Amino acid sequence: MIAMSTRHILLGLLAGGPSHGYDLKRRHDERFPQARPLAYGQVYTTLQRLVRDGFAEIEGTDSDGGPERTTYHSTAEGARELAEWAGRIAPPAPFVTNEIFAKVVVSILSGGDPATYLRKQRAAHMERMRELTAVKTAAGADLATVLSADYALNHLDADLRWMTTTAARLTTLTAEVDSA
Amino acid sequence: MSNPVPLLAARDLVKAHGSTEALRGASVELRAGEILAVTGASGSGKSTLLHCLAGIVRPDDGTVTYGGERLDQFPEKRLSELRRTEFGVVFQFGQLIPELTALDNVALPLLLAGTSREDAHQRAGEWLERFGVRGQAELRPGGMSGGQAQRASLARALVTGPKVVFADEPTGALDSLASEQVMTALVQTARESGTAVLLITHDDQVAAYADREVRLSDGTVSALEVTA
Repeated sequence: MIAMSTRHILLGLLAGGPSHGYDLKRRHDERFPQARPLAYGQVYTTLQRLVRDGFAEIEGTDSDGGPERTTYHSTAEGARELAEWAGRIAPPAPFVTNEIFAKVVVSILSGGDPATYLRKQRAAHMERMRELTAVKTAAGADLATVLSADYALNHLDADLRWMTTTAARLTTLTAEVDSA
Repeated sequence: MSNPVPLLAARDLVKAHGSTEALRGASVELRAGEILAVTGASGSGKSTLLHCLAGIVRPDDGTVTYGGERLDQFPEKRLSELRRTEFGVVFQFGQLIPELTALDNVALPLLLAGTSREDAHQRAGEWLERFGVRGQAELRPGGMSGGQAQRASLARALVTGPKVVFADEPTGALDSLASEQVMTALVQTARESGTAVLLITHDDQVAAYADREVRLSDGTVSALEVTA
């Protein structure tokens, strides 16, 4: 799943013109500032696979006085693949695989203290939301930063709403799991 | 609590509306220049807490101190003076006066405090500018968008240079982008002028603009600090 999106994100960056691995990594980290930075190794492996699948080709190599760099460009097939991927809907989260959810359920099952955990988790979420809000509203924040902070904020907010509802439900929820 | 004397402090507040106890021993401190979010479910006592802290209602039990003095014992005259000069209040629906233009609405607290008309209008214009609604100065509230009207309400709450702004769900009626504009303007202005803000909200994205959060549940308060 992660490899697939990296592949398409690199194809998307190549759509702007030929580029080499280092430059693609740098541009990725700029465009997706809140995402985990790409590892160089991952960039090069992904580029090799794009070439293998006919979505990208090697344009040439230059050294420019430094280490040798291979420049890649996207192919017509790569552009088609990118357009198809960008328009395809993502599955609306068919499975709940979330650490917070798992911890609360396990905590209930094992007679733990989910209410205290939820309170502490809320504090940690709010702290992160304050940081992201500061990043987003800082003078001169660029669009990519604002969009990625918005995205992260809305997801944290969704977690918080679930946690609030869960905290309110805990008594009945605990009773239900106990009797199951 | 790093600052030994908070600007505003509630201790063990109890307040009932009829037979319903809205507050049952709530304590909270607001430090000078701080932006504090008060969150909690509907009916958890958030607005009652704000009303007690702003001197709009008196608690049945417990104390409210402002700069070390017992605000809950201030005579009504002193309370209204305080609300005119040192406190600013913003509600969910800005409660601008519909017959007045934005400029006149913002100038009003200054005129009531005895500022000359010319001076009041000039300062009101400057505050509308800071909130990005100078262009709407001659519009009445009905002719403005919700976000514009709310920014004019904030300008009115801040025009007298208050020490504390009480904001009760200031973005409650706004969509997310308008809400962002209002909150950004409020936070920037409060920080520049060193105004403390007590921000009541049920929206965690709005609460994230504050420096700190306290959470109300069944009329009592729990502070939320990260204890990693």
